[in-house]
Amino acid sequence: MDIPTNLKYTKSHEWVRLEDDGSVTIGITQHAQELLGDMVFAEIPQVGRKLKQREECAVVESVKAAADVYAPISGEVTAVNSELQSAPEKINQDAYAAWLFKLKPTNTADLDGLLDAAGYQKVLESEAH
Amino acid sequence: MLKTTPLNQTHRAMNAKMVDFGGWDMPLHYGSQLDEHHKVRSDAGMFDVSHMLAVDIKGESTRAFLRQLFANNVDKLTQPGKALYSCMLNPQGGVIDDLIIYFLTESWFRVVVNAGTADKDMAWMQARRNELAPGLEITPRRDLAMIAVQGPNARAKVWQVIAGSQAVTENLKLFQATTFDQYFIARTGYTGEDGFEIILPATDAANFWNALHAAGVAPAGLGARDTLRLEAGMNLYGQDMDEAANPLESGLGWTVDLKSERDFIGKQALLATPVTQQLIGLLLLDRGVLRSHQKVIAHHDGTEAEGEITSGGFSPTLNQSIALARLPSQVSAGDEVQVVVRDKMLRAKVVKYPFVRNGKSLI
Repeated sequence: MDIPTNLKYTKSHEWVRLEDDGSVTIGITQHAQELLGDMVFAEIPQVGRKLKQREECAVVESVKAAADVYAPISGEVTAVNSELQSAPEKINQDAYAAWLFKLKPTNTADLDGLLDAAGYQKVLESEAH
Repeated sequence: MLKTTPLNQTHRAMNAKMVDFGGWDMPLHYGSQLDEHHKVRSDAGMFDVSHMLAVDIKGESTRAFLRQLFANNVDKLTQPGKALYSCMLNPQGGVIDDLIIYFLTESWFRVVVNAGTADKDMAWMQARRNELAPGLEITPRRDLAMIAVQGPNARAKVWQVIAGSQAVTENLKLFQATTFDQYFIARTGYTGEDGFEIILPATDAANFWNALHAAGVAPAGLGARDTLRLEAGMNLYGQDMDEAANPLESGLGWTVDLKSERDFIGKQALLATPVTQQLIGLLLLDRGVLRSHQKVIAHHDGTEAEGEITSGGFSPTLNQSIALARLPSQVSAGDEVQVVVRDKMLRAKVVKYPFVRNGKSLI
């Protein structure tokens, strides 16, 4: 499975991209969408909500199950991908394009604690055993 | 070690996502559960249901034995090939399993039971046989495979694949079966669409499956099977009823024959137990997805009553979440109820089910 090397990851299968303006974009990984199957619903946090790292902040639901999405780092929600409300299947089509929300990080250094592509690959390998 | 059906390698060759389904290694989907669902509603799909068990019951007193064993009345089966849906109850009136009975001859009935309950069912049937009709033979048929071909074009595709089968099966009514060569062909299903359920020798299963595929029948997994049966308002054993549930509180009253003089296992318990709940449909009005075990709160004449979702999910046909729920009897279609979904209370409308039949919304 191709894991983009320009992103950061969490053990709970979120991806994180640091943007040029200092904000971060967050979604769920290709592996997560494969596990869940066809998406039918996404509940995304409101703009302005302040999140603590690892706080439950969104829910994606597939035909199979509901899965919580956790804030990879602390910050304030600055944008949400409202397209997913009517078309949650975008996550299945391209998990790394179908972002859920953007955060203004409380502390950009929090990003250093996240996994890189190689580290996330190891998480997937250990889950497979 | 998971149990496998005769089609296991075939599923893997078709890139199925395999899951542990009650100890069986079964296909969940072959890419997209939603696509498979729509294909069955609009064209034709096929399901490997070989994990279910066909059981042959043979001997002169078979009908008399089944009269006592099942809650539905086998005396409704007057024509060879006719099928009947029934529950098998324990003496407390709880549901041991739901099954289909086929009347073949006076000395041969075939019963098809659920996979997860097959061992328990066999033990129960054999024990009752030993008490009530020791001369009967009860034979599990693990030498057979079962393939359900479902959808508006399903029968035509089967006719295309089994040369000569059209003449003998096109006049089958719903819930009727016949044999043709090595095939046992029944006009039954678990999707709310037309189609056949076909029982055949396990050794022929892969060839038949591949021939159906070549004829344009889409393989469909257990995921689509569940959303299709939920839309069709068909009970799932273990969710909508089990040994702790009263069939009369599980939407199965129509299958329990309490009118005839006949006694059957569980009848006295059912007659002695007041019915205070019902199985009814829910249509989610807010955004989200209903799931089994979520709590339902109903308001009726100023009092609050609770119930529970037994089966819930997303309906691909309605593009909305639906559920079956066990609610107090006084709740009726048209009422609005609340469902506790995680930390929220979502609004749902009480509706009669089925939700979908023959490709069309009934809501």
